[in-house]
Amino acid sequence: MNRYAPLLENDEVITYSYVNDVTLASGKILALITLDNGKDHTRPNTLGPKTLIELAEKLDLQKERASRNEIQGVAVTGKPYFLAAGADLSHVPQIKERETGRLIGELGHYALGKLSELGVPSFVFINGLALGGGLEIALNADFRTVNRSAPAIALPEVFIGLIPGWGGAYLLPNLIGIKNALKVIVENPLKQNRTLSAQEAFELGIADAIFDSARFLEDSLAWADQVLAGTKVKRKHEPNAIERATIWGPAVSIARNMVEEKLGKVPLSPYKALDLIAAAKSGTKAEGFAREDDAIEEMIASDQFRASIYAFNLVQKHSKKPTGAPDKELARKVTKVGVVGAGLMASQFALLFLRRLQVPVVVTDVSQEKIDKGIQYIKDELQKLVDKGRLSTDDRNRLVANLSGSLDYKAFSDCDWVIEAVFEELSIKHDVFSKIEEVVNAECILASNTSSLSIDAMAAKLKYPDRLVGFHFFNPVAVMPLVEVVRAAKSSDQAVATAMEVAKSLKKTAVITSDAAGFVVNRILGYLLGEAMRAVDEGASFEEVANAIAPLGLPMNPFDLLELVGLKVGAHVLDSMHAFNSDRFYASSNLHKLAEYGKLLDRDAKGKIKGYDKKAIEIVSGGTQARSAAEIFEGLQVGLAGEIKLMLDEKVVGTAQDIDLCMIMGAGWPFHLGGITPYLDRCGASQKAFGGSFHDPMIIGVRD
Amino acid sequence: MQSQDVYFIDGVRTPFGKAGDKGVYWNTRADDLSVKTVIGLLDRHPEVPKEAIDDVAIAAANQKGDQGLQLGRSVSILAGLPLTVPGYAIDRWCAGAMTAVTTVSSSIGIGAYDIALAGGVEHMGHHPMGDGMDPNPRFLAEKLVDPTALNMGNTAEKIHDRFPHLTKERSDRFGVSSQQKAAKAYADGHIQRHLIPVSAASTEGWKLVTQDELLRPDSTVEGLKDLKTPFRPHGRVTAGNASPLTDGATMSLIAGERAVKKFNLKPKMKMLSFAFAGVEPEVMGIGPIPATEKALQKAGLQIDDIGLIEINEAFAIQVLSFLDHFGIADDDARINQWGGAIAMGHPLAASGVRLMTQLAGQFEINPDVRYGMTTMCIGLGMGGTVVWENSNYGGRR
Repeated sequence: MNRYAPLLENDEVITYSYVNDVTLASGKILALITLDNGKDHTRPNTLGPKTLIELAEKLDLQKERASRNEIQGVAVTGKPYFLAAGADLSHVPQIKERETGRLIGELGHYALGKLSELGVPSFVFINGLALGGGLEIALNADFRTVNRSAPAIALPEVFIGLIPGWGGAYLLPNLIGIKNALKVIVENPLKQNRTLSAQEAFELGIADAIFDSARFLEDSLAWADQVLAGTKVKRKHEPNAIERATIWGPAVSIARNMVEEKLGKVPLSPYKALDLIAAAKSGTKAEGFAREDDAIEEMIASDQFRASIYAFNLVQKHSKKPTGAPDKELARKVTKVGVVGAGLMASQFALLFLRRLQVPVVVTDVSQEKIDKGIQYIKDELQKLVDKGRLSTDDRNRLVANLSGSLDYKAFSDCDWVIEAVFEELSIKHDVFSKIEEVVNAECILASNTSSLSIDAMAAKLKYPDRLVGFHFFNPVAVMPLVEVVRAAKSSDQAVATAMEVAKSLKKTAVITSDAAGFVVNRILGYLLGEAMRAVDEGASFEEVANAIAPLGLPMNPFDLLELVGLKVGAHVLDSMHAFNSDRFYASSNLHKLAEYGKLLDRDAKGKIKGYDKKAIEIVSGGTQARSAAEIFEGLQVGLAGEIKLMLDEKVVGTAQDIDLCMIMGAGWPFHLGGITPYLDRCGASQKAFGGSFHDPMIIGVRD
Repeated sequence: MQSQDVYFIDGVRTPFGKAGDKGVYWNTRADDLSVKTVIGLLDRHPEVPKEAIDDVAIAAANQKGDQGLQLGRSVSILAGLPLTVPGYAIDRWCAGAMTAVTTVSSSIGIGAYDIALAGGVEHMGHHPMGDGMDPNPRFLAEKLVDPTALNMGNTAEKIHDRFPHLTKERSDRFGVSSQQKAAKAYADGHIQRHLIPVSAASTEGWKLVTQDELLRPDSTVEGLKDLKTPFRPHGRVTAGNASPLTDGATMSLIAGERAVKKFNLKPKMKMLSFAFAGVEPEVMGIGPIPATEKALQKAGLQIDDIGLIEINEAFAIQVLSFLDHFGIADDDARINQWGGAIAMGHPLAASGVRLMTQLAGQFEINPDVRYGMTTMCIGLGMGGTVVWENSNYGGRR
């Protein structure tokens, strides 16, 4: 194993391969290998290099035993609840040579490939979670069973900037057909990393048999016995010659178009995966594995993968340990919630509080009509959930019993948390909060969903300003995971701690920010949209500006985003940021004109974007000093880097990680940028903006 | 073997005490409570030769320590029964004693036994609910049972969810009526007749316990209104509309028709049918509904034929869900005439025989009522019902 030596100098949590012989009912002997890292359920099995080498050794041993007819079959299964959660990637981001990255692919192929070269049939009993490399163990074997209660089965590699490099890209389409394989390898990872249930995996043909959990292993062994006796296993989705000849290619093309439409051309991994899947149509397994090795080498060495792993860790780990959070013991228990305002935004988060906190929620507004409308909206949303089977009628009854509306603020008297989403004007906020303070107790936390006003300014008229915090949701509330918790100058630790616990109960990721204009997300988006409008006002067309910024690979171009948030809202954000700092933040009078006109994009009958509205183009025309695409793009990159550096210096948030987490979870910015700061470092913008970098060392791939 | 009819001859219980270190039975062993009921019951029936007892079935929900050790066997030895009399322990949580009765009755019914003792004991002070519980991780992992289902108060809140028209106010009113009916039953001397006085040790000397410790005859609806809702913020289930945590023991004497003739016993009621049924654990309180439908069907009767009902009051809401289902008014005179668990207490496994003892007593003074029923809900989602015929019906004995 000398050739894999470069992978072995680390403290891997090894998943061991235990071998026990099982005498089946027929008298045949099956060698049962159990993968177990000896840790409890908080540490799933992972497949690092030492793990794979030991598995390879054990498989070689079984091959030798099989040659002497000591055993008639080999099976692999996992520890309770887990087959394996994938390759151990913890040391991969530190790899500095292309060749070393390639070794990971080769080692996986080497070890798992042995499962089809044992001389006797091989089985994998998918007893639990099987992701990425874990599922690839199963794909490399001859036969598979799955436990009905296995929580998730997937090949999520594309989600984090990789591809299934241990046989998955070749074996899966050849097992379950091209369309099913495209769904598993490309579509699902790009749909918020969706995974398969055991039943779905069985129906797709990933597993040949499915058994209930109570006797999963016993039933799998009995089934294996039948297979060894000659029972035929039918695979109804296995592709035939016609599928390869007529469907394979077109299906990949369609998938390619869908990826391009959804994500643009910038992310590498989905296209790399599509290339591999396309090539798997023909040729030998060895050729397929060699292509995967090439792809793994390239992806592991790529900047995008390093940024994606960084982003993945932010979302999985950093989000759970928020920077600057006070001791959670200080948080007050929230047993009743008040919501001021019954408009759409307020109703959305009233619904969220209702469902997640499961405590009484009182909604108020200025008219009974508005209140009734908001309450009805929430009831309708609950009914939709019941209709979809996602909420039982008992639980719906419970939530409806908890929901009430009132014209009188007195209904808030026993609330522990009151949040407002009224009109964005300071005098109105003052009025609302003073009235509320008259009825609630001194410890009740007051929260504002404001996106453009200062919490400090709001606190000025309060008797107990220490209980006021900002609690900024993103649209749509049900989907966007971020909440910006704004700690104003006077906000107490208790208020902030309570806000953090509330965010956690709402299943949101909370990032604490200072009371600076735009907090994090709106400040950065405001800068971006401002620069886009500046370029347009200078004379570049919408199309030219969108194309200039396209290499960033954002989920949508600035103008699509403007129309989505609303032109009036967009104009307001730009105005607020301009008021904060007129040098750096551009406000556009043309944008106001567009907002009055009301339209920017031209859509067809189905609502699909056709192009830019002719009148809109006319409104913004007239500029004669258009910059080139390169100038626009570089200006934006350097400007963003400079602005974010200022935000860190001003301590709007604690770290660059917080900035990136906010942009990923509040604006949907992609993993391949690492949020934004890893990208700004690697494209040289940070160096140009402030002579340094956000990360040391920079989050980059291998530089040849 | 020859099959035969099965009769409830008599039932007794200890006064029930408050669970916990402030309760009267804190320094009394659970098995000792059960021993008192065995001795007390047999004292009232000198006509039954002890060696004729075929088996002693005693239930407890938490069979450890002073509530373990094969209860039926160890308690009968401690109660001085001949060593030739066997015994066993049995468990169906709240319906333990009820199941002890149905099990020995089955043995008698097929003719294997002639006479048996069946009862239950629960010392919730020494053995709190859930003590030592180790639920299988599969319950949660495979969503077989919601973890909230293991907390009885939560299941009661969920019944309120399911039937929003069964309000907290109705539950509170039912709770108060249970207290009032119990107070009246004591005033009329009904309860005392089947209580076995118990000497209880304490850190301040011996006491003699002759009355249930937990009664609150002065309860009012107004007083119950603002009680805390411990199972949910702003919930509906309170200490006022739920049974309290209790220590206590019960015992019954069950005999077949041949033993009735042989020893000239005076049955109080005849067993017509029994049934147990399962429901979703998350709303275990509705268990009595399917169990009752099954038992009625087996007895060839309808709910309107039943003239007296003893339904355990684990929670008022669960009683209301039963009454609502069968179209019976909250304050129907047939229901728990002498008050119920909310007033007296619910020593888990023991309660089933308290219901039977009270029904038997009501049968005695209501010779015009022919059929009665004892029913209860059971944790982890079940119900149990026994249908009885009044042996005093039409004045006949």
